[in-house]
Amino acid sequence: MSQTVHTGLSAEGLAIERHWRELASRRRLYSILIIGALAVALGSSLWFANESNAGKFFDRLPHFFDFAGDMLPRDGWEVWRALFDLPSPYFDGSLKYDYPEGRVYLFGSSLYVPEYFYKMLETLNIAALSTLIGFVFGFMLCFLAAKNLVASRMLRFLVRRYMEVLRAFPEIVIAGFFAAVLSLGAIPAIFAVGIHTIGALGKLFYEVVENADMKAEEGLRAVGANWFERVGFAIVPQVMPNFMSYALLRLEINVRASTIIGAVGGGGIGEELRLSIGRGHEAKTLAIILLLFTTVVAVDQFSAWLRRRLVGAQSFDFGR
Amino acid sequence: MTSLSATQLAEIENRHPDVFRRSLLKRYTPLLVALGCLLYVVYCWWFFSIGAVIGGGQWERANLYARQWYSYDLRPTIRFTGTEAKITYPRYSPLGNNPSPEWVNQAGGRVTVDFGSSGSVSADSKRVTVDHRGETLTMVLEPDGAKPQGPMPGWATLREDEVKVDFGFAGEARISPERVSISRRFMGWPNFVFDPNSPFWGKSFSEVAGLITSGERIKPEMSNASLAFDNIWNNSQWQHGDVWTKLLQTIVMAFVGTLFASLVALPLAFMAARNITPNFFANQLTKRFFDFLRSVDMLIWALFFTRAFGPGPLAGISAIFFTDTGTLGKVYSETLENVDDKQREGVRSVGASPVVVQRFGVVPQVLPVFLSQALYFWESNTRSATIIGAVGAGGIGLKLWEAMRTNSNWANVAYMVLLILIVVFIFDNISNALRRRLMDGGNAGH
Repeated sequence: MSQTVHTGLSAEGLAIERHWRELASRRRLYSILIIGALAVALGSSLWFANESNAGKFFDRLPHFFDFAGDMLPRDGWEVWRALFDLPSPYFDGSLKYDYPEGRVYLFGSSLYVPEYFYKMLETLNIAALSTLIGFVFGFMLCFLAAKNLVASRMLRFLVRRYMEVLRAFPEIVIAGFFAAVLSLGAIPAIFAVGIHTIGALGKLFYEVVENADMKAEEGLRAVGANWFERVGFAIVPQVMPNFMSYALLRLEINVRASTIIGAVGGGGIGEELRLSIGRGHEAKTLAIILLLFTTVVAVDQFSAWLRRRLVGAQSFDFGR
Repeated sequence: MTSLSATQLAEIENRHPDVFRRSLLKRYTPLLVALGCLLYVVYCWWFFSIGAVIGGGQWERANLYARQWYSYDLRPTIRFTGTEAKITYPRYSPLGNNPSPEWVNQAGGRVTVDFGSSGSVSADSKRVTVDHRGETLTMVLEPDGAKPQGPMPGWATLREDEVKVDFGFAGEARISPERVSISRRFMGWPNFVFDPNSPFWGKSFSEVAGLITSGERIKPEMSNASLAFDNIWNNSQWQHGDVWTKLLQTIVMAFVGTLFASLVALPLAFMAARNITPNFFANQLTKRFFDFLRSVDMLIWALFFTRAFGPGPLAGISAIFFTDTGTLGKVYSETLENVDDKQREGVRSVGASPVVVQRFGVVPQVLPVFLSQALYFWESNTRSATIIGAVGAGGIGLKLWEAMRTNSNWANVAYMVLLILIVVFIFDNISNALRRRLMDGGNAGH
């Protein structure tokens, strides 16, 4: 610190310069310390992860692409046959090439929905219905948690903590609990994803409500409107576009969540995917991945389009 | 109070046609949306046959399972041998090998089981007397069944040769000619610290503390402190060691996955941002790559890497890493495209090289946002790491799922859920506090 560079500086200037240098070096020290701590944490985490994994990273890495090669079907058309449940020329009586077996017939025996499309529809319905449940209950709860609408600290605290628990409670436990009561299937998955969505949407909603413009509410209060009228006519019309936008964003997340829940017993396409990867049915696996990928992209695009129409570009800033 | 006349009202109406005379479509859109949602619910009701499934559910089980989260039951049996009634306990009962709980009284060929304030069951080889909150029912034991004397009260049911007495939360008793099966329920988690096989089991806290600090060695090869720790860590019912290791795996998966994802997404995002890399081809390539990583579901990555690396946290790390590289890359590149160009121009105008322009013209603007996004994803990945664990990608998810599948281990499920909630809560707060500091620092810096 003892270097004197700018001799042209006044005494105050030198003091400022010195102070700035001290600050900068302290800042550099902190950065180095943080990076060092991160590196140590990362190193030990990686060691721990590798130690407790079934296969070790460097043992498995050379075989990595073998496995990827195993996923290739016998010919490219197999994927399409698996996707549309058409009979396969390689059919040998085993489940692996038995594509027509899963057809879901609609009227009689001529018109059918291919199995994976039906399962995908199931997953999409799980996602949409649980988003709807989350929207309805989150909508009802959020006004009670907003600082500008509810004066009682106690009520706000209770509602917020309640939504926090709904949000943090592992979805898989809710699904498991209802699966024990209702038997495995789509409905435990709806409960699980729906309950989580209530908490997640409720939080986003009340933050929107707290940022609402209160002038309309004041006007209604001045003419003697009660709480429900004030919320209904002053707040809801303002926040509704944002609410819808968040609900659509949540729908995108829920499509993914319900696939995962499906894989652990909630039915739908997730379960099919887990089964076919586990059994090594490569054409079926690729067909499902293709379908899932297309659907996720389509839902994302649709929701982005609708959100842009509802609230404009601001709905795309992330990380609330 | 003044009121508006009819002409004034009409005038206001005419002045604001956009409020009072909206088009039909506009007026009925909310109603139509609500109606659509309602129809959709009806459709889903049919599609999933929700009514049938919920009606066919075993809701009495829900109550039973919910109870097991915070209470446990002990199931001793009173057996009749000749003229005596004797109480026996199942092996591996939480009461240890030689149980003599104070709620069981055995004297003179007679066994009395006390159900606290709910009543008691008293049995000898000939008759069983049940006291249920002051009401009494006596049953004479005959070879073809337990014969209740007098009318059956509401809390007892007779089925074939067996009488079932319901004490509510405190438990139940099933009385048959050969035996009386007792189920006695207590609040809490039994043997949470030491299991009955441990030498420290059943000792009070001060006794254990005394043994650890100054007692003689129970096992000559290790100190009492390490023996106690070993006993706790390997507690046979609660498996603290296993649970905590798996929880740590989950935390590690989220941490490493998010860290790697943000490290890889950072340079790629610079390539994807069209104001920083003015090359259409490179922009599109990176952006579509992000979309691909993001849109292949985390589940697919998890299953794929579980096959590749074997079950364990490596699969989970890779799944989170791949998915979040896509998401973070997308978010980062959008942030980069919105940076203020003035600072870059300033740095460029003094003749800085392109790398230095990014370092001093762009990074200071976006770094707080980037770090804040990474923290946000770290926090949310801690949650999703639990669930992808259940398909084999490591961590506490699989353990949780297995504990639930047996339907008898709900207390362990509650324990793990509690741990997860605590971890999520702590991480939530850390990440929120850090993000707030970052954002404040970022605002003050500009």
